[in-house]
Amino acid sequence: MDMPIPDAAIIARKAEIVAALQEVLPPDAVIHEDRETKAYECDALTAYRCPPLCAVLPASTEEVAAVLKLCHRMGVPVVPRGSGTSLAGGALPTADCVILGVARLNDVLEADYANRVVRVQTGRTNLSVTGAVEDDGFFYAPDPSSQLACAIAGNIGMNSGGAHCLKYGVTTNNLLGVTMVTMDGTVHEIGGAHLDAPGLDLLGVICGSEGQLGVVTEATLRILHKPEGARPVLIGYDSNEVAGECVSDIIKAGVLPVAIEFMDRPCIRATEAFAGAGYPDCEALLIVEVEGSDAEIDEQLAVITEIARRHNPVELRESKSAEESARIWLGRKSAFGAMGQINDYMCLDGTIPVSSLPHVLRRIKELSAQYGLDVGNVFHAGDGNMHPLILFNANQPGELEKCEAMGADILRLCVEVGGCLTGEHGVGIEKRDLMVDQYDPVDLEAQLRVKDVFDPKWLLNPAKVFPLASTQGRRAA
Amino acid sequence: MLLPKDEAELSAMVREAEGPLWIEGGGTRGAVAGEGVRLGTSGMSGITLYEPGALTLVAKAGTPLAEVEAALEAENQRLPFEPMDHRGLLGTDGVPTIGGVVAANVSGPRRIQAGACRDSLIGVRFVDGRGDVIKNGGRVMKNVTGYDLVKLMAGSQGTLGVLSEVSFKVLPRTAVQATLMLDGLDVAGAVAAMSAALGSPFEVSGAAYRDGRALIRIEGFANSVDYRVGRLRDLLAPFGAVEVEHDCQDLWRDIANAARFAGTDDEVWRISVKPSDAPEVAARLGDARLLLDWGGGLIWAGVAAGSDPRRALGGVRGHATLVRGAPESHARLGTFHPEPAPLAAIAAGLRAQFDPRGILNPGRMG
Repeated sequence: MDMPIPDAAIIARKAEIVAALQEVLPPDAVIHEDRETKAYECDALTAYRCPPLCAVLPASTEEVAAVLKLCHRMGVPVVPRGSGTSLAGGALPTADCVILGVARLNDVLEADYANRVVRVQTGRTNLSVTGAVEDDGFFYAPDPSSQLACAIAGNIGMNSGGAHCLKYGVTTNNLLGVTMVTMDGTVHEIGGAHLDAPGLDLLGVICGSEGQLGVVTEATLRILHKPEGARPVLIGYDSNEVAGECVSDIIKAGVLPVAIEFMDRPCIRATEAFAGAGYPDCEALLIVEVEGSDAEIDEQLAVITEIARRHNPVELRESKSAEESARIWLGRKSAFGAMGQINDYMCLDGTIPVSSLPHVLRRIKELSAQYGLDVGNVFHAGDGNMHPLILFNANQPGELEKCEAMGADILRLCVEVGGCLTGEHGVGIEKRDLMVDQYDPVDLEAQLRVKDVFDPKWLLNPAKVFPLASTQGRRAA
Repeated sequence: MLLPKDEAELSAMVREAEGPLWIEGGGTRGAVAGEGVRLGTSGMSGITLYEPGALTLVAKAGTPLAEVEAALEAENQRLPFEPMDHRGLLGTDGVPTIGGVVAANVSGPRRIQAGACRDSLIGVRFVDGRGDVIKNGGRVMKNVTGYDLVKLMAGSQGTLGVLSEVSFKVLPRTAVQATLMLDGLDVAGAVAAMSAALGSPFEVSGAAYRDGRALIRIEGFANSVDYRVGRLRDLLAPFGAVEVEHDCQDLWRDIANAARFAGTDDEVWRISVKPSDAPEVAARLGDARLLLDWGGGLIWAGVAAGSDPRRALGGVRGHATLVRGAPESHARLGTFHPEPAPLAAIAAGLRAQFDPRGILNPGRMG
């Protein structure tokens, strides 16, 4: 992935820029020594690295506003950073940028159970939002698999999803309000604890804008009472087609499981070797989880297992206890680790219409043979959000490029069948150049114009999301 | 009236327009046309894709809402957000369209559980003020590819573009419905009872209040509904005696449509607040006729012509929209709540980008 050539004039002014930042922030909030800025050289897309000019760690909305106002005046690009867990390179710096980290903004400002909202600073991690309310029986629903580490700021930036989206929606469906600072330093209050904001749905376009429209410092999030319980059923099939039909039939029957997870044979074998969860050796494995009281769970699982049986499963294992549930989830939860033990892997997250599932899995198998790289598939089948894991050896010259080329082919395939490039990770730099495969120039131009309004000088995270050629004129202006 | 029969014709009409265009779906939501030409979307009609097994439906913007709902019902599914029908309230006739539902982002009681119209909307195609055909989102329910213009279009009242096609995530229709009713409550008591129910794990899909009666809806499989009704009955016992009725579809339709204001002389406002602020706002509204939905978060207020209930908000955070009022009230008070200057500037900037000539429903949103 290319990044723009850094602006030598900005790099030459480093001492002046650092001094100016030190005037508006406490001394320990400006990180500028080379050995320290190295910590910010990449996010979870570790194949690409570049230390920033410097990094700042403001501890309040006012400090964020002061930093942005200053960088705006001095013409310095700013790359916002949550916890740096982006798989898409959303927080990858350029050598001429200031990294604005929100890690010090991690307070819970208000937990309001009567109105079922929590207001937090956005550096707080996803899991610790739930942590702040779970003793009172509540939780925050979006649950990206990095939830132990990822920050709410990044969740909002990427509109993160998780395994339970089929029932609870993604970040944008659970975000009610934000405090956001635009590049010029203006502080905006949008939405709040009430359910809809007046005027245009700015909250809707801010969520998922990958830190290009503003820096969100506080968020009002919807919380829900935890369900009384949850239990999965494990279903194994001899073909992907039949597993796909089963998913479709479950949905058509009026049951809305909280999660429907799917694993293919390469993935099942890898996780068995790694975790020994006792999965059957079959072509396709489904884990379907439902929620409620014990009796309600039984009622829903009865419907699901009845449908599953109609399709002649090779295995059907209904959980009756917490231990059995944990065992069913064990393999799925260790899938990424299992694949990672075999080799380096690249994880994609294209989404497809559920009906195209068998076709897409077949084509991925063909691509795997063509490129000579193994692929395991594990994904959220209820919403069509795939996660092909392409195995490669990063130490072998040329393999990363080969893997990226294959990944691009898979994502083009997702678009071709009516899906999209990314369902929950975001575009970042990883899928930036594929945007032209999903959108016509006029579609992209409409999005660029939105950024023109929020950030006319194109200083906020400017080298992400859109193909560099399409933003060249705007970034240079 | 211009009636494009497809997207290409719509694009040409907008491109060639020399003055304001007033966009109309079924014309049921009381939008008033000014000087210029009316443009109706009813010629672009039909469901283009429906996959029940994928919970996905795509329809052209002029498709009658009733046609969409009938297709979904045939597969035992529905639009999750329970769209409002404005005809009774506004005394309009005409055929509500799915594009109109999106342009106004109208959601009914189930909004508290299943989200608003904008939450179910997963894709749009529209023609912007230049006449360019733009698409965003698509037909899959998880999509973070580029900016989410889908949500931006929802509720934009036709000021950013003319919708030509919309895609939804739909949900299964539930088998059984029950409504718990508590009588003799004031607004504070009702909001407290609704809050207790909504803060429980029992998946309340409607929480409304009118005339001293709080109404709490549960939907799902039969045994599950029975179970949750039982648990909620216990939970709500401190707030008063609980009656339970099944199959109150008409009741909830009336709440969704604010039917109680139909045929009255009131001007009708829709006020959005944090539920726990509802008692204070209701008290300040004095003798206004009230209907609360969304657990108290949505206050429908019928007031005397020309009066401004936004004063009742005082320091409470929220906003109010004039849904039914005399032309002079709309002119004097404005239809939508004034936005803070920096946000109004962003909104104006977006309108100028999408519609540089200012020809799409000019002035409707500011």
